[in-house]
Amino acid sequence: MDRPRAVDGRAPDVFDPAGGHVPMRMYPETEEVDFAIVGTGAGGGTLAARLSELGFSVVAFDAGPYFRPLEDFASDETEQNKLYWLDHRVCDGENPIKMGGNNSGKAVGGSTVHFAMVSLRFRPEWFRSRSALGYGVDWPIDWRDMWRYYAQAERAIGVSGPVTYPWGPHRPRYPYRAHEMNSAAKLLARGCEALGYRWTETPLATVSAPRGKSPPCVYRGFCRFGCSTNAKQSALIVWIPRALKAGAEIRDLAMVGRIETDAAGRATGVHYHRSGTWRFQRARNVVVAGYAVETPRLLLNSANARFPDGLANSSGLVGRNLMTQSNQAAWGRMDDEVRWYKGPPSLAITEHWNYEDRGKDFHGGYCWMAQGPLPIEWVSVQTGARGLWGERLRREMMDYNHQIGVKMVGEMLPDEANRVTLADEVDQYGLRVARITYRWGDNDKRLIQHALRQMMMSLEAIGATNRFVQEDDTNHLAGTARMGFDRDSSVVNADCRSWDIPNLWVCDGSVFPTVGGVNPALTIQTIAMRTADRIKTLAQRGEL
Amino acid sequence: MVREGRHSATDEDRFPGYDVANKRDTLSWDAVTRTAINRRLAVPHEPRFLAPPQWRTLDALCRRILPQPADRPPIPLAALLDATLCAGGTQGFRVHPLPHDPDAWKHGLDALDAEAREQFGAAFCELAEDTQDSLLVQAQNGKLHNPAWDPMTAQLFFEKRILVDIPAMYYSHPTAWNEIGFGGPASPRGYVRMELNRRDPWEAVERKPGHEAEARLQNRHVG
Repeated sequence: MDRPRAVDGRAPDVFDPAGGHVPMRMYPETEEVDFAIVGTGAGGGTLAARLSELGFSVVAFDAGPYFRPLEDFASDETEQNKLYWLDHRVCDGENPIKMGGNNSGKAVGGSTVHFAMVSLRFRPEWFRSRSALGYGVDWPIDWRDMWRYYAQAERAIGVSGPVTYPWGPHRPRYPYRAHEMNSAAKLLARGCEALGYRWTETPLATVSAPRGKSPPCVYRGFCRFGCSTNAKQSALIVWIPRALKAGAEIRDLAMVGRIETDAAGRATGVHYHRSGTWRFQRARNVVVAGYAVETPRLLLNSANARFPDGLANSSGLVGRNLMTQSNQAAWGRMDDEVRWYKGPPSLAITEHWNYEDRGKDFHGGYCWMAQGPLPIEWVSVQTGARGLWGERLRREMMDYNHQIGVKMVGEMLPDEANRVTLADEVDQYGLRVARITYRWGDNDKRLIQHALRQMMMSLEAIGATNRFVQEDDTNHLAGTARMGFDRDSSVVNADCRSWDIPNLWVCDGSVFPTVGGVNPALTIQTIAMRTADRIKTLAQRGEL
Repeated sequence: MVREGRHSATDEDRFPGYDVANKRDTLSWDAVTRTAINRRLAVPHEPRFLAPPQWRTLDALCRRILPQPADRPPIPLAALLDATLCAGGTQGFRVHPLPHDPDAWKHGLDALDAEAREQFGAAFCELAEDTQDSLLVQAQNGKLHNPAWDPMTAQLFFEKRILVDIPAMYYSHPTAWNEIGFGGPASPRGYVRMELNRRDPWEAVERKPGHEAEARLQNRHVG
C-alpha cells in the first residue's frame, strides 16, 4: 500500500471486508487545529479519540498504512512483516536491541495492531519505586489515580480476564470472561502449582464474546501478526473509529519529520511527508506519540536555532534512559502433543515475582507467561539460543508440536547511557535515522538469571525434557522522554506536557520513568486517557 | 515397504501424507492468505538481486544450513532470500558494524567465498560438504579473519544474518509446515480443541510407532 486511504472525506472502514469506507471530517492545513498528534498507537490513538470526544479539533498522523484487517491481514508470519517499522535504524552498544516486530509498528493503530494483547496493571508500588522500594525513580502520578484510569481503559478495550485477580489491591472484574486456556497455558499453571506460586488467566485485549462488530476470538494463533477477524481490540479498531466518529481526521502514510516553533518558542505545527511532498499542518498544540525511538528522534530532528539540542531538551534527557524489558525464556519438550500454535500465545501468567520481594538479589520484578511461537519465531529461538543449524536443526524443528515454554517480561532499570541519538545516515525521507545504544546493567543481569532459574524449575516440575534457556531477547520500549517532578530531571510533567514548550506534549511509552515488570500497552492507554482529561481541565481553567 | 522402513530409520516424514495445501480451499485459508502463499510458491528461481557467483555461494550455503531430503522438491531457499533482499531486506534495523541486510548479504557472501579460496583454493560452492561445514563452524566460532569481512565480522554475519534469514525462508514455506506438523493458515476458522493431545480434524496427525498407515490415512482427510 503506497497511496493514502484516508482522503476525500472518508477513511477505510476497518470492519469491512471489501474496501468500504466511513465518513471522515477533514481540516485544511491552514486551519490551526487544536491538536496535531504524531502517531496513532496506544498513546496517540487513545488520545486522538478522547480529545476529539472532549470537543477538541484533532488531526492525527501515522507514517504507516491504514489497514482493513478483514481484507488485508494474511494468516502468515512472513507476509505480515508489513505491520512492523522496518525503516532503517542502527543498533549498537554491549547488548544491541532487536527492533522490528519485537517493539514497533508502522500502521494506523501502531504496534497495538500486532501486540500480544496482554493488558496488565503496574504494581502500585512501582509508581514510587524510589521511595517505596529503593530503586529507579518515582512517577509524578499517584497509583490510585492510575487505578481509576486503568479500570476505564480496561472497559474501553473490553479486556477478557479472570473474575478475581490474584495480586495487588482490589480491581473490578474484567469486562469479558477469561479465555479458555490452551494446553501451553495449562502446563504453565501446573508448573506454578508445583512451585507453590499463584497463576491466573492473562487479561487479554481480545474478546471472549461478541462486542460491537467484533466477533469472539477463534483461537487462530496469529495474534502477533495482526488479527484477521477483529477480535483483537487494537487501537485500529477501538480508538481510531471513536476518534473519527468524534470528528478527528487521520492522515495515513504521513511521516512527520519536523516540529516547527516560532519566535516565542512555541510549537506552531508539523512538517510531514505525504504522497511524495512535504506539507505543513498548523496546530495550537503538538503531541508526539511515536514510541520510545521515534519520539526522541523527532524531537532531536526538530532542533533549530532557538532549540539547538532538540525540542523539549533543556534537561538533556530527550533520548536518555531508554528502557526495554528482559524477555528471556525457558523451553522444553513434552511427550504429549501440545500444539502451542492454537489460541493467543500468552493465555496464562504468574506475577509472583512482581509482588514478592523476599529472596531477591536484585531490584524490580518480572512475570512469566505461556508461549506459542509460530514456526519462524520458533526457529529463530533454536538458532539464536542454541546456535543450531544443518540436519540437527531440521530434526529439532520436527518436535514443534511437543514444545513447551515460558517467557518473562522483566523490569530493566533506567540508565542515562542507554539512549536514542541521531545517526549520520538518513532514511527514505532524508531524515537522520535513530541510533539505539543499549547495555544491560548488573541489576538487569541478576534479575534475568533469577528468572531463568525459576522458569527452568517450573519446566522441570512438569516433566519437560530437553530443556534450554534463551538468554538474549528483549521486548517493549520506554523512557526516552520521561515524566517527572521538575524540569531538570524530566522532559514532561505528570500531564505529559513538556517543561520547555508549553504547547508540546509527549504521550506514549517514552514518558515512563520506570518500566515495571509487565507489558506496557495498557499503562500507555491509561496515561493517554488521563492526559486527555487533564487537558480538558487545563483548557477550562484557561491554562492550555 | 522399503520406503516405510527407510522412513522409520531416519525419522523422516513425522506427519505422513499431511499436506497443509489441502486446506487451501477450506475455511482455514482466506483470499489474502492464498494470494500471499501463491506469490511465495511462484518465486523466480534465478537471481535478481545477487550476482551469479554470490547466488551460487548462497545456494551452497543454504544446502548446509538446512539440508533437504532428496525425495521431495526442495524449498528454493536462495530464490526466496534473493526475492526478499530485492524488496529491501527483512528487518530494517542493522546491528553495528553490520551494514543493512541487502549490503550485508552481498558483502558476506563475497567474504565467505574469499575465505574458501584463501584456505582451500576453490569457490565455496565447489568445496566438499564437510569442508563447507568446517568453514561455517569456524565462522560461527569467530575463527575466520580474512580482511574481506571488514568492517563486519564473520561471526556477526553468521549469527545475525545466516542463522536468521535462511531459516526464516525455510519455515515460510508450506513444505516446511508439513514437515513439522504446523497447522498453517487458520483464518477465519481458527481452532476449537485446545487441550493437550487433542487435535481438530483440520490438523496434522503425528505418526506413532507401528501406526504409520493410520496416520497417513487420517492425514488424507485433513481439510
